[in-house]
Amino acid sequence: MAETRYTKDHEYIRIEGDTGTVGISDYAQGQLGDVVFVELPEIGKALSKGGEAAVVESVKAASEVYAPVSGEVTAVNAELESAPGTVNEDPAGKGWFLKIKIADAAELDGLMNEAEYQNYVKTL
Amino acid sequence: MRYLPLTDTDREDMLARIGISDIDALFSDVPAGKLLKAPVELPRAKGELEVERILGKMAGKNTAASAVPFFVGAGAYKHHVPATVDHLIQRSEFLTSYTPYQPEIAQGTLQYLFEFQTQVAALTGMEVANASMYDGSTGTGEAVLMAHRVTKRRKAVLSGGLHPHYAEVIRTLSHMANDEVVSLKPDVAASEDILSQIDDSVSCVVVQSPDVFGNLRDLKPIAEKAHAHGALLIAVFTEVVSLGAVVPPGAQDADIVVGEGQSIGNALNFGGPYVGLFAAKSKYIRQMPGRLCGETIDSTGQRGFVLTLSTREQHIRRDKATSNICTNSGLCVLAFTIHMTLLGQTGFARLAEVNHANAVKLADLLAGVEGVKVLNDSFFNEFTVKLKKPAAEVVEVLAAKGILAGVPVSRLLPGAGLDDLLIIASTEVNTDEDRAALVAALVEVL
Amino acid sequence: MLNRQGRPTQAGEAAHAEHATFTGNKALQQIEPLIFEIGHHEATGVDIDKPAPFKSRLGKHARQGEIGLPGLSEPEAMRHYVRLSQKNYGIDTGLFPLGSCTMKHNARLNEKMARLPGFSDVHPLQPLSTVPGALDLMLELARYLMTLTGMPAVALSPKAGAHGEACGMMAIKAAIEAKGEGATRNVVLVPESAHGTNPATAALIGFSVKAVPARPDGTVAVEDVKALLGPDIAAIMLTNPNTCGIFEPQIVEIAAAMHEAGAYFYCDGANFNAIVGKARPGDLGVDAMHINLHKTFSTPHGGGGPGAGPVVLSERLAPFAPVPFVHVENGKPHLIESRGEAPAGNQPFGRMTAFHGQMGMYVRALAYMLSHGADGMKQASEDAVLNANYIRAGLADLMSLPFPDHPSMHEVLFDDEWLKGSGVATLDFAKAMIDEGYHPMTVYFPLVVHGAMLIEPTESESKAALDLFIATLRDLAMAAKGNDKERFTSAPHHAPIRRLDETRAARQPVLKWEKPAPAKAAE
Repeated sequence: MAETRYTKDHEYIRIEGDTGTVGISDYAQGQLGDVVFVELPEIGKALSKGGEAAVVESVKAASEVYAPVSGEVTAVNAELESAPGTVNEDPAGKGWFLKIKIADAAELDGLMNEAEYQNYVKTL
Repeated sequence: MRYLPLTDTDREDMLARIGISDIDALFSDVPAGKLLKAPVELPRAKGELEVERILGKMAGKNTAASAVPFFVGAGAYKHHVPATVDHLIQRSEFLTSYTPYQPEIAQGTLQYLFEFQTQVAALTGMEVANASMYDGSTGTGEAVLMAHRVTKRRKAVLSGGLHPHYAEVIRTLSHMANDEVVSLKPDVAASEDILSQIDDSVSCVVVQSPDVFGNLRDLKPIAEKAHAHGALLIAVFTEVVSLGAVVPPGAQDADIVVGEGQSIGNALNFGGPYVGLFAAKSKYIRQMPGRLCGETIDSTGQRGFVLTLSTREQHIRRDKATSNICTNSGLCVLAFTIHMTLLGQTGFARLAEVNHANAVKLADLLAGVEGVKVLNDSFFNEFTVKLKKPAAEVVEVLAAKGILAGVPVSRLLPGAGLDDLLIIASTEVNTDEDRAALVAALVEVL
Repeated sequence: MLNRQGRPTQAGEAAHAEHATFTGNKALQQIEPLIFEIGHHEATGVDIDKPAPFKSRLGKHARQGEIGLPGLSEPEAMRHYVRLSQKNYGIDTGLFPLGSCTMKHNARLNEKMARLPGFSDVHPLQPLSTVPGALDLMLELARYLMTLTGMPAVALSPKAGAHGEACGMMAIKAAIEAKGEGATRNVVLVPESAHGTNPATAALIGFSVKAVPARPDGTVAVEDVKALLGPDIAAIMLTNPNTCGIFEPQIVEIAAAMHEAGAYFYCDGANFNAIVGKARPGDLGVDAMHINLHKTFSTPHGGGGPGAGPVVLSERLAPFAPVPFVHVENGKPHLIESRGEAPAGNQPFGRMTAFHGQMGMYVRALAYMLSHGADGMKQASEDAVLNANYIRAGLADLMSLPFPDHPSMHEVLFDDEWLKGSGVATLDFAKAMIDEGYHPMTVYFPLVVHGAMLIEPTESESKAALDLFIATLRDLAMAAKGNDKERFTSAPHHAPIRRLDETRAARQPVLKWEKPAPAKAAE
């Protein structure tokens, strides 16, 4: 069964085997406001944990999306190009950003689980 | 002081309201000993009349272009600007407004920016244009940086026909950013082999047409070779009027087109303010520098305009912005747009035709002068001649006779061994008498 | 004979109801289409005779086909742009308290002077012997700027503030390279409160940026700077007075710390209007500072430019100033246009722009300075500071001051703490100001406070104007706190257009007019 982990910068990674699907949390999309553009990496790009993976833009803000773990990009959500609003409407589902081949599963240990993340958001 | 509404009584009342007795209490954070007590060592306030006298005297020492036969170009051009233009740009609501950050009370500015972007795109034959740069030269520097962002390469190749000052602006910026620049040597005959410079390491090729010597360049083969190697073609012009007569760079597959728009609507101003035109293929808009105005609707569905794609810009993206540019050339844009609207494509094409006709007439006359050789195969309103004496000296002698003959190449490229070359521009302002005076003076001097 | 056709001179009963009009216009507020919708491809507003037949020299480069741009006759063009102008708010319309932008009165004398043919109608490359007055003007402007800043040199050519920043930082980089430290000194310190142009400029020039935290009192502390110093630090870019409207109290110590560490002090001079004639950057240890002539010296903002951004330079940076510059030798001014012509001891780092800078702006700025004089400029700064503090005194009980411990300089910063729970955001408050006939203050900048409102009235406002402004803002503040949300969240109600959908503009950018597709003909 897929498990979702979160970073303090509000990226999520949904883990299915050695593949992780990365996006931004519902809290993050709410803070950003209407998303107008998402810049995605090239497939095959090697990401390192904490490094820039994508950029998400609203009208008045631009935020880097950091890789929750290291690994190679295996897929990106090309639909976001024409429909960036999907990130607002369904961040955890159709609004995903990219898929990554997880290089080191141990890196997941430092991330928050669903309950921890919800508690973390409450403190903000 | 006529510009300051507060009276001494007001000042006292206001200090009392704030709860202090001395204005300097508000300057208490200025470190000890650094607060000036007396006014600085400069003259005291003056009335309008006195200021007019002082500045009038300075202005009076300069030779105005319209007062003499005038053939100076090489990046800035003397054209006639309709009276309507200068009247309209001095309307308070345009002159004293700010960057349209509050679109509900800045639709005037935003709509003319949208009109400007559409005009520039049409003139250059490109898909999108921005709301202007400072001038053609800084715009060209920004175009090179943009090409580096698009291609993720950092090497620019500059044609030897590029205005030497534009090339120097690019080299300055590139040196600071540790980017590579290959500058081809001055190419008076438009015969350089730029194609052989293009390989997979090149980010962009920068080619000017009409070039600084007046030659018209074929951009298409350069675009093809550049694209075959994943590089971009940046097409540059310094005389926007040429676009009324020649094939636009967009039709030759240029990726970025940048140029000087001063000729339309704007005075010579000894070099500024001018207006940089900047256009590109639409797939590159997110890498474009400068402001962009876009169409949208208001909460009742009425069409309106806003600044858009601002996340590229410094006030949001900070050190990751596409450019550090903030202020642009708003009022010069307005002058350009009004003049272009008055011309329309019909008037613009006619203006270009007259410019070309005048330059051809002058070139034909000069070809008959002993000691003058016209070097160009093709040209628009500017060409280069070879003189049998150093051009700078000839220009100086003619200036003393009240004729401003052109720009000696040695002024742009000192030490390049091109001292006998003179760049001559002829626009719609030149009359038969002007041309006759130049020819007669050259006959006398050479 | 008596004229019996008396006319009603008082409004009827329904005079105050909203009436839809046939045209959609509202008297002076007119809906104005784009030129592409009202012009024609054959129309033109200029008369130019066709030249006599001649042999073209365009060769194969002659344009084929139409450009696709309409023209308008002169009366149509005049009406079009006058109507557009009526949709704009300018300084001449009313109070324009846009913080950090210094929207002061633009004297028309300055416009008149800039249009003297001896300034406006001279070419940058005509023989220098024909423009001695232009060089005189540049020298005189330079003298004024150097005197006001207490700095020994100035590079005039930068075209605007950010361009000036680039120029100053390039001079710093050149000086560092000249010392052989180019490879190692590559980090620039920028406080969090800085204008976005500062980090953007540093990055443009190949520096990496390190943020300096802001203290809770809105200032930068010398200890925080010192903690970041090292052999990799090239410079600090510090705005003074800073973007919170506070004069940095430790500026002298910060400058000294930078110099001791072998680094430079770049001062963003955007807020120079607070201290002209009151304090000189040269006395504070500044190495380079740009001056926005379009702010402090009143050359008009023109809807977003043109500006001008001369940079004053310290003794240490002066030799690296870019070409062109005016050099006086034996009492005679020379324009140095290339690096090769530079007098001994100078190593210009390059060139910022094709020509000599914003001459048209130089004239306007000098006209401003001549008019004010040393006494008037000092008074103007004092009045600008007085006006800002008067507004602060008038609003401090209703709105929240994030940094109450320091006097404000020429602008006062409020945050949105006082709006908490009201359902009204800073942006809504700003839009309601539009309905009251004011241009809003700067909002959401600086980033160091939440929901920033930065008010800069300038010295151009009378006490009566300030009193009405304060009264208006008090009324709005009471309404915001008093649950009158509608007045704010759907504002502006009375502007030529209602709130615009910026998301739509950014998601599907429409950046130029496109001819509508022809309606499908009925089969």
